[in-house]
Amino acid sequence: MLLERLYRSLYLIRRVEEEVARVYSSDVILSPIHLSIGQEAISVAVCQALAADDVVFGSYRSHALYLAKGGDLRGMLAELYGKATGVAKGKAGSMHLLDTSVHMMGSSAVVGTTIPHAVGYALALAMRGEPRVVVSFFGEGAVEEGVFAESLNYAALKRLPVLFVCENNGYAIHTPQQARQALPDVCAKAESLGVAAECFAELDAERLYHRTSEVVAELRSGARGPVLFECHCYRWREHVGPAEDFAIGYRPRSEAEPWLAGDSLACLARKLDPTQRDAIEQQVERQIADAFRYAQDSPWPGAEELYTDLFA
Amino acid sequence: MERTLTFSEALHEATAQEMRRDPRVFVLGQGIDDFKGFYGTTKGLVEEFGRDRILDTPLAEDGMTGVAIGAAMAGMRPIQTHIRMDFMLLAMNQIVNIAAKARYMYGGQVSVPLVVRGVIGRSWGQGAQHSQGLHAFFMHVPGLRVVAPTTPYDGKGLLLQSIRSDDPVIFIEHRMVHFQRGHVPEGDYTVPFGQARVLAPGRDVTLVGVSHAVVECMRARASLVEVGIEAEVIDPVSLSPMDFDTLAASVRRTGHLVVVDSSWAFCGASAEIVAGIAERLGTTNGFRFVRMGFAPTVCPTTKPLERLFYPDAADIAEQACRLLRGAASDWRPARIEAPEILEFRGPF
Repeated sequence: MLLERLYRSLYLIRRVEEEVARVYSSDVILSPIHLSIGQEAISVAVCQALAADDVVFGSYRSHALYLAKGGDLRGMLAELYGKATGVAKGKAGSMHLLDTSVHMMGSSAVVGTTIPHAVGYALALAMRGEPRVVVSFFGEGAVEEGVFAESLNYAALKRLPVLFVCENNGYAIHTPQQARQALPDVCAKAESLGVAAECFAELDAERLYHRTSEVVAELRSGARGPVLFECHCYRWREHVGPAEDFAIGYRPRSEAEPWLAGDSLACLARKLDPTQRDAIEQQVERQIADAFRYAQDSPWPGAEELYTDLFA
Repeated sequence: MERTLTFSEALHEATAQEMRRDPRVFVLGQGIDDFKGFYGTTKGLVEEFGRDRILDTPLAEDGMTGVAIGAAMAGMRPIQTHIRMDFMLLAMNQIVNIAAKARYMYGGQVSVPLVVRGVIGRSWGQGAQHSQGLHAFFMHVPGLRVVAPTTPYDGKGLLLQSIRSDDPVIFIEHRMVHFQRGHVPEGDYTVPFGQARVLAPGRDVTLVGVSHAVVECMRARASLVEVGIEAEVIDPVSLSPMDFDTLAASVRRTGHLVVVDSSWAFCGASAEIVAGIAERLGTTNGFRFVRMGFAPTVCPTTKPLERLFYPDAADIAEQACRLLRGAASDWRPARIEAPEILEFRGPF
């Protein structure tokens, strides 16, 4: 059932990131983390509408995307801990998650960098006649990078099966969108490049899921060129790190209030039968506790790993 | 009878043969399917392979390098072309941050079997932005293979090797190397990375040239015979990895080294070559060396200044002679005009 699936995925991601935030001060994760808390519903809704072999690319803020795409929780946490059992043997950390087994094909610390990879992957699928879809996730900051325009132009030119999902949380580190963009309208930018665009002003997981399902079906059939979704959202925590940062003064807590009140997780929770919800939550909590133990107990990579995987 | 081809014909043959053999191979680049056919290296390929595999691209070096990387991650084998190497500066993020690092930072889960062809533009009047040899930028970064073949034989064999490599390869080709003619087998063969080629033997001095500079080193060798100096000429062919063993073995014998780069000397390939040889020979077995390259300035367009900017065969021979005979040596060979530069007519 859709509601249960959405809730399970969203609850898992929220709680994992809350736990990551909780343990972060104890220095078990010796690497930067960028939390998705508050904006997870976008990844959850979009990925629920994808087939297992559809492909996703993300940014440095991709814990939610990875888990929503069916990623391995143990492998992700071990990766954050820098352990040998991590999805990338501890070499990726939080910012470079990739797992070919769930077709999450990359994420990058440099803003906007993976957008053309999604287009190139879709080009390869089109060349081989494979009816799969690629989704590129990025923030509204990436829209300012030249590669955004270059990639969308090419995807539109070749009518490639790509869904661009802009998670617009309004801030690049601490700078608001209106201080960075003369035209703070991501849809208009996409349309100017030949890419059809739709704006989602509110974070409604069910609505986003249904619309994604329709668009993905069209992309898969080859009936249309690429599409961009601009999904407005809000980052509840600081840009990098575990804390809230309203006290610093670059954004007021009042700005967050409507988003906190409209929390996607709470909205879905209200629609579920409480017994069912409790069952999901208990299962997920056990899964999370197990995964943190696994990460904690896993071995460090051996010194020989320093040089492996540099070349084929 | 020995079959000879030009370097650009050799690249064309390698590309066509590999595209026939492997459906994953495709070429993308600005103007790649036009009537010039990328210096002849892709001429007629669109007729044989169609526009789905010979892809003309928008002017978007950063984005299109990312597109090639994405396709490579999806299991394709793209060859990306840059009509001048200078345009690769727009793609540095993709090349350095992703192509070089993807396999490592993603824990060995993905390959980026991408070949990026960058043309160094020297001919005449190419000026500041169409003459740069930027190979040292790429040699600096672990995770990239960097090659700069000079002979048609190495051109074909290394392009085949590069396309088949599961690692990203920066394939540097000098515009004046395109005209070099030499023996090229018709069949399938590869030239390995990390193996230098001794182009001519000699006992007195080792001349190492990078890309087109090795052609000038061969001319310098011929004139050095006049003053009784036998020069060994070595083409490193592969810049990263670099075959220091072959270079060091030669210098151990000759005791003298002249490195001539098709770029600037400062922080360049020549510094790395000298350092790598010194590390292998140690300080007890001292050797004398000289580095040569572009004048340490911006490349001028006007002919009289351009002549001073590039070291030529006479400059190399003179430097080699001084290295052996001392600064008092006043031998200066007659100017040996490089026919490929002398005969070249633009605009490309």
